[in-house]
Amino acid sequence: MIGALLALAIFLTLLVGGNFIRVVRGPSLFDRLLGVGAIGTNAVVLLAVIGFIYGRPDGFLDLAITYAILNFIGVVAVAKFLDRKRFEDVDSDAAGATLEEGA
Amino acid sequence: MIQTAVAIVFMAGGAFFLMVSTVGLLRLPDFFTRSHAVGKSETLGSLLVLIGLAIHNGWELESGKLFLIVVLVAVTNPSGIHTLTRAALRKGMEIWIHPDDRAETPAPPAEETWDTTEIRP
Repeated sequence: MIGALLALAIFLTLLVGGNFIRVVRGPSLFDRLLGVGAIGTNAVVLLAVIGFIYGRPDGFLDLAITYAILNFIGVVAVAKFLDRKRFEDVDSDAAGATLEEGA
Repeated sequence: MIQTAVAIVFMAGGAFFLMVSTVGLLRLPDFFTRSHAVGKSETLGSLLVLIGLAIHNGWELESGKLFLIVVLVAVTNPSGIHTLTRAALRKGMEIWIHPDDRAETPAPPAEETWDTTEIRP
């Protein structure tokens, strides 16, 4: 069983490398974020498998729970940040206003 | 013995679906099709691998933690990718059309284009 788990862990590591290719050469920012989310989900599974390989899954499963929550929060925070165009508009408007006032 | 066999079958299925997710992420042509691959295959593969680990472990505390991870991944992974895809749609990302269909579909008139920034209630 240890051999099967080890093979699964190596396979998951290769899949993380495959997702990382999309992160490196994604055409847009959203493609990169999608790859980062996929790597995070793969990392959760990989942490659980590594915990069972080392024979003490309790601590590693706590780490996996934490990583799942942080992965979700990170992806949603960046997506909501990119969703708001107001940041760019506010910055450009503020710069224009200060320029006009200065002139 | 049969417990180990069922666990290995579950984990092999999960590894297959995770591989499908990675291949889709690398080979599909568009952001939306890639999000389709990641949002569904990745979730199903993760769930199958984690359920296989729980079957291998048996009725213990770690199986409860694995069930918690299963619920967490099943809820958060599709919703996070949905949020990302909605942000991309509102940013005005182009939707990919197959090259055979590109000439036949006329460009929509300017007054009927769907302004994606007004979806927000």
